This record gives sequence, C-alpha cells and structure tokens, in this order.
Amino acid sequence: MNNQRYDADVVVIGGGVTGCAVARELSRYDLKVCLLERTEDVCSGTSKANSAIIHAGYDAAAGSVMAKMNVEGNRLMDQLAADLDIPFRRNGSLVLCFSEEDMPGLQELYVRGVTNGVPGLRIISGDEARRMEPNLTDEVVAALYAPTGGIVCPFNMTIALAENACENGVEFHFLTEVTEIRKCGEGYELSVRETGERTDGPAGDAYKAECEDGTGAAGKTAADLQEAEMPENGAVKTITARFVVNAAGVYADRFHNMVSRRRISITPRRGTYCLLDQEAGHHVDKTIFQLPGKYGKGVLVTPTIHGNLLIGPTAADIGDKEGTYTTAEELAEVTAKSARGVKDIPYRQVITSFAGLRAHEAGHEFILGEPEDAPGFFDAAGIESPGLSSAPAIGVYLAEMIAQKAGAPVKEHFVSTRKGIPHVAAMDRESRAALIAERPDYGTIVCRCENVSEGEIVDSIRRPLGARSLDGIKRRVRQGMGRCQAGFCTPRTMEILSRETGIPMEKICKNQPGSEMITGEI
Amino acid sequence: MRHHDIVIVGGGPAGLAAAVAARKAGISDILILERDNVLGGILNQCIHNGFGLHTFKEELTGPEYAARYIAQVEEEKIPYRLNTIVVDITRSREVTYINREEGLVTIRAGAVILAMGCRERPRGALNTPGYRPAGIYSAGTAQRLMNIEGYLVGKEAVILGSGDIGLIMARRMTLEGAKVKVVAEIMPYSGGLKRNIVQCLDDYGIPLKLSHTVVDIHGKERLTGVTIAEVDENKNPIPGTEEYYSCDTLLLSVGLIPENELSKSAGISLNRVTSGPNVNDRLETEAEGIYACGNVLHVHDLVDFVSQEAALAGENAAEYVKNAASDGENVIPLVAADGVRYTVPQFLEMDGMRDSVTVRFRVADVYRDRYISVYYDDQLISRKKKKVLAPGEMEQVVLSKKSLAEYPRTERITIRTEVE
Repeated sequence: MNNQRYDADVVVIGGGVTGCAVARELSRYDLKVCLLERTEDVCSGTSKANSAIIHAGYDAAAGSVMAKMNVEGNRLMDQLAADLDIPFRRNGSLVLCFSEEDMPGLQELYVRGVTNGVPGLRIISGDEARRMEPNLTDEVVAALYAPTGGIVCPFNMTIALAENACENGVEFHFLTEVTEIRKCGEGYELSVRETGERTDGPAGDAYKAECEDGTGAAGKTAADLQEAEMPENGAVKTITARFVVNAAGVYADRFHNMVSRRRISITPRRGTYCLLDQEAGHHVDKTIFQLPGKYGKGVLVTPTIHGNLLIGPTAADIGDKEGTYTTAEELAEVTAKSARGVKDIPYRQVITSFAGLRAHEAGHEFILGEPEDAPGFFDAAGIESPGLSSAPAIGVYLAEMIAQKAGAPVKEHFVSTRKGIPHVAAMDRESRAALIAERPDYGTIVCRCENVSEGEIVDSIRRPLGARSLDGIKRRVRQGMGRCQAGFCTPRTMEILSRETGIPMEKICKNQPGSEMITGEI
Repeated sequence: MRHHDIVIVGGGPAGLAAAVAARKAGISDILILERDNVLGGILNQCIHNGFGLHTFKEELTGPEYAARYIAQVEEEKIPYRLNTIVVDITRSREVTYINREEGLVTIRAGAVILAMGCRERPRGALNTPGYRPAGIYSAGTAQRLMNIEGYLVGKEAVILGSGDIGLIMARRMTLEGAKVKVVAEIMPYSGGLKRNIVQCLDDYGIPLKLSHTVVDIHGKERLTGVTIAEVDENKNPIPGTEEYYSCDTLLLSVGLIPENELSKSAGISLNRVTSGPNVNDRLETEAEGIYACGNVLHVHDLVDFVSQEAALAGENAAEYVKNAASDGENVIPLVAADGVRYTVPQFLEMDGMRDSVTVRFRVADVYRDRYISVYYDDQLISRKKKKVLAPGEMEQVVLSKKSLAEYPRTERITIRTEVE
C-alpha cells in the first residue's frame, strides 16, 4: 500500500527470531516493511543462545497468551520447517519426577498440557522412562512424556525467516540502533544511529537494502567503506513508520516505555549452557527436563539437531542487558543439576560453554499487541522461553493484526519457500559427487571437524542477507562449531570472507564492529 | 576401485618420513593425502630453529626440516595429493577422500599409515568463565596467522598454558612488538621443554606463573583483559589471589589432542591416556595393516622422534604389503606404572620382533633423582638414573630381543620410575 507519508508502513525493531518471524509474516501483505537490527546480523541476541528446542506447550499457564502461542507455534513448525528448509525433529520430551511427593506437580503439568491442547501427553513410570532413555538415573520415579516436543537449529530458523522475508521485499538495516521513538501523526518517528555500514559483496545484486535516503551499503566498494568516516556516535537519522513492532528482546521495555505510560520492565535472566561433542550426542535422544520440586528448578539435557549434547540453562536475574558472560558458579550448577536426572554425562567432552539472556517480564507472560495508550505500536515483549517455539505463531498473530489495521491486502506473489545452503557432508555419495563436479569449491573442506566446504562458506556470504562476520558464517554453515572450535579453519575462513566481500583482513570481525580478529600486518 | 600399496593419511613430518622409509623399503605404489595446500604440516608455521639436532645433527627451522623430507619425497617421485581431506577409513582399508579436482573418491590400500597429527585443546574445553570476545586464540592458530598469513593478532597478550607452542609464541609476539605480560600455567610445572622456558620466557623477562590459571575473561567484542588466580593442589582457584591483566589477546597452549576421528571410523579404539591408537612394536594398530605414527599416535616433544617413529611405521607397512604378515603370536603387554603415564607401543609381538624396540613414554610429574626401571614380570632387567624427569619431555627405553629371549615365559613388561 506504500503510504507516502511514511518511510515505511511497518518498522520492526530487532532481528531475532521474533522480529524475523513477524517480518516474514508481514511480507505476505502489500506493506512496505523495514527491519532494524542493532548488530551486524540477524540472530545475534537471545535467539542465538538458548535451548534450541520447540516446547510441546504444557508449561505455560492455561489460558495464557504464552500457552496459546507455544502450542500453535509448535503446530506450525512442520510446515515452516518444510517451507523454509529448517532442520527440525520431533524427538519428544520427558519431564522427570524424582519423588512420590512431587507427583501431584507432574499430574498438574499433565492436566495443564491437556488443557493447553498439547497432543499425545502421557505420564509414564520411571522404568518406562528408563527403557526410553537408558541413561536416566534410578532416582526417576515417573515422567511426563510429550511426543510433540522438538529440537531445531535456532540460527537456521531465524536466518531462514529473515531470508524469506528479504526475498519478499522486507528491507533489513543492520548496525542500526533505535535511540528514540516519538508519536508522529498516526504513526511514529524513530531516531536511529548507524554504528557501521554493511559491506556488500559480489552478491550485491541479490541483496538490495537501500535505505529510503540512499545511504544503504549497496553499490559501495570496500575502498569506499574504508574511507567512510563514521561520527563517533554513529550517523543519526530518522525513519517514520505507520506501525512499529517492538521485538527488541531484553531491550523491549526501553522502546515500549518510550511510547507508553503503562510501563513494563524486562529483566535479563541469564542462562548458562554447556555444549558437548557430537560423540556425546546420543547420550539421550529426547529432551530431558526436570520437574521443579523441592530441590528447585533443574536443567535440561538434550541432543541438538546437529547431534551435539546441550545441557542447561541456569537462571540468574541480572541488571546488565549485555551480561552474557559465564561464571564458574553457574557452570558448576549446570554440571551438578544435570546429574540428578541423567547419569554419566561425559563432561570431558565439553567443547564450549555459553550464556544467553531471556527477556523476563515480571508477569511471566508474553506482551503482544498495542498498549492502550500507543495505538499502532505493537509489542512483542517479554519473549522468554518458550519464545523460540512461539515465534512462528507470534509472527502470524501480529502480522494479521497489523495487516487488518492497515487494511493491507495479501500480496499476489508471496514466495512461501526458501532453500537452505546445501549441507554437503550429509548428502549421499552421488549427490555430493555431482555437486562437486558442478561447483568444485564444495570439494574443498575448510572446517574439518564439521566437514564444511569452501562452497558452503561462500554461499553463506553470497546469499541475501549473507554473513559478514565469522560468527555469521558459523551460524549459517557450522564452520567452527566443532570440536576444535575454529582452531584450524579461522585463518582460511577470514581469507574467504575478505575475498568475497572486499572487507580488508584487519576489519574482519568475529561479530560486531569492535570484535576485529587481528590488529595489523607484520 | 583404485588400489595403492600404501596410503598415508597426512603429509606432515610423520607422513613424509613414513613415505620415504616405505619407498626405501621397496614399495613403489605410495600415495600421500594432505589436507593443506603444501606438504610439511605444522612445521611450516614453526619458523623458529631447534629442529633436527638428532636427525641431521644441525639446528634447522621447521620449514627447513620439512624441506629436507619434501625434497626426498620429490626425489623419490612419491605421489601426493594436496587440499585433500580423508573423510572415511574402513577396517578393510578402504580410504575415502575428497578434493575439488576428483570429488569424492574411494580407494583400497594394501596398508594405511595414519599420520594426521594433533589439534589444540580449545578454550571451550576448559570451561573458562567470562565473555566470549574476539582475541582468544589457541597458540597454533595465532602462530599460523602470524607466520604464514603475516598478521599480528594483538598488541598485549596473556598466555594460558606453558606448552611449547605457547612458549614459542610468547617470544614470537614479543619479537613483533607485542607486550606479553605473563604466562600462566595451572600445573606446578611447565608442560614445555626446559630450553623453551629459558629461550622464550627468561631471555625476554616474561614471567611464568606456575599454579595459576585464568578465572575470568573480560570484554564483550574484543578482549580487554583477563583475571588470573592462583590454584590450590586440586587446581581450584584460591579466593583473594585474583589479579587483573589488561590485554587484547589471550593465547591458549593448554594441550594437544591426537586427531583420531578417522581411526575411530575404522573401528580402532583409543588409548585412554595417549588418545591415540594402541599399537604393537611394529606400530600397527588393532586393525590389521593400519599403522600409526607421529602426533596422531601420541604427542611428541621433538620432531626428530616423530621422524624416527614414522620411518619405522613406513618400513613395517612396507613389510606387511610384501609379506602380508600374519597376526602376531606371543603377545606381551607393556605396563606403565609408578609415575610412567603410558608407553608406546602398548604391546610387543615376540614373533617378528626386531632386534631392538624403542619404547617411548612420558612421566606424570616432575621427579628428581629417580630411576627408570624395566621389569620382565617381577624381575628387574635394567634401570637408569635420571637427575630430572618432567612431563614436558618424552623419555625412552630400548628393549632388546636378545634379553627377552632369556626370559621366554615373560607375561608382561613393566616400565616404572623408582626412588631407590
């Protein structure tokens, strides 16, 4: 509909899984949508550091928005995974109960799940649980089995949603931080600070994200970028939009409170995880939760979709919205708590540990939609667990609401599918050979632990919204995700990224500007 | 399916020496598969000197040492493939590799020599708390970036772990103008060679803090500093001993892990201590016709010993190809005890044993004035007094067939350290 009075019909703040899901669903409609992301890539906050699971939906209170979105999001996953080529498996989940006196709690969870509409729930005996999962401890007296629980790659899911949104016309602006939001007529005016510029590689043709005033990176050469002087606090611009979607994760309270007097407060709740080698990936097959009981809340043990074993998270409410550090205490807590439900976890095989922040809102409920005093401003706030599971449903829910309010018709040519980067090592022999014959760089292995070829790395850079940092490559094709943690492949990957984008080696970053890998030439 | 008499996985020092020895033993059909774009392996980035004192009786740099073997490989016209990764080895010696020219290829080998080397233990494996910024490198990665690619990884560095690569990199960074503030080692002794501590730290006034480790990592984007603390005898940090060091680089030299994923694909089980395959005195693994040598077998201190060991593997593989030797009989296990952590080989096969067999091992702690003793069952056979034994240095004893023949009913051979 392209309302001429605004730069965009909808501005989405935040390129996490929620923002990307909303943007993708909005792109079904005839709307000019613009997504602003503070960092250099999508999937850089909470979406990159979580349990990577699709919850069945028995946790959230019956009748809550959270419950509704979780169960609906879970239901949508099969189609979404098929459409967008996202690795996803319904491995099922178990909630372990350790004592007879906690049984009413397990029963309550079952009833809540049934009320929420979770299919196939069953309470099983400790022995049956151990038959399903031989590495459960003898302490387990019963378990709630949910066959619809699943595991997913949160990176791929977010990136797939973003790529599909991009293909359907959503503009992505990276390194763009919203500093202020003001009411402006029926819509909003946003002040944004550009903290850097995205270099466009040879794939520039595929990626056109020019800003309205033409300051986008498209068409610029690496030399231009080197020359470009960025004011110390970044270039400040304004963007106007009829509607705003606030999908800013742990910062969602900040933006909400800029436009609404009904204040909300988001507390970053840090969760620490340990990731184990793929050799440990079969230690359990289902996602193993612990029923909160007299010993407090436990941690989960789950295989990841890529075959590692993931254990965590702890829960520590902190003040720092950037506090993604791990502590010795929380790492020890992961180890100690996991042992109660699952025995003999080979912690020698830890390949990395990390922490993520959940955007915890005091009422433990998703805040979706317009505050009464800020029409046109749509919150997707307080998106903590089960946020990843709920993202597909939140996207549909908010997009429908906005499209209706905007009176926007459905587009004629919405592209609903997206094809991922080929995972060459997982292909059968003939397909792999054929692919290498066609593109020999699929035959040069760069990351030997995960068997990632140069061709896949090149693809990750050349795609629409392609990677511009080492972490961006890692999240797209798993280069450096393996047991050597990028020890061998870092230099080669840096070279490929520099070659493909024209970013000089000294400017190659791990993630955001400021995370440069090297300090100069010898 | 294409056949080669001997397929060597890895073209580093072990693979090269094995190839040359196999050729000299009369095998013409050899193929070396190398994943990098040049032969020589990790030696190419070890531009410091100190290599080859045993082998060539002179001090060479890493690339020079490699060049001598590469020259022999070229002279003998031993075929090799570069930029080629082996993705699978079966117990029946089918080797699958991949490269851009040939794609995915499976070949059958008369004998396979595993020479894949080792990798560095990464930060993640230490579970060190803190942020995860740029600027944290394993020492070898930084070495490659500096010595092969020509980039400076940072200006102010702290090094965790006193393995040899970390020590070498302390000097290397200093020479390039960086300030190396401290080397922290969690153990009460260094894991590196004495000569490296003297030549790389002492000569440059870089402090080595034993029984210290990194307990926190600061900086969200690029590293801004680390906190170091002293540890108690259980390696737990002692509260109150924390010290902050500002730095933009943390190098890790905290252990090397033999890269045995392919050995496992061939169904070869690994030794718990060495993380390499168990081998007999011919360096043959439990899979017939598959041999192992160099750092994939156990992590060495000097490349000279890698070359010796690999040459032996090459000769034995050649022997196997020519005679298809049967499974050895009369197997005697070698037992590591009392401060000896492991032995390589792990067992002897008396039939077909050479006149002498070199057994290599490392000790578990720093010991002074101890004997290294060899027992056949309970009978002391030989002992040699050592002023100092350290985990950073590989030790060896030589067993002779003649002496073993004098004890025909020996059931096990024990190598231990003894005080008196």
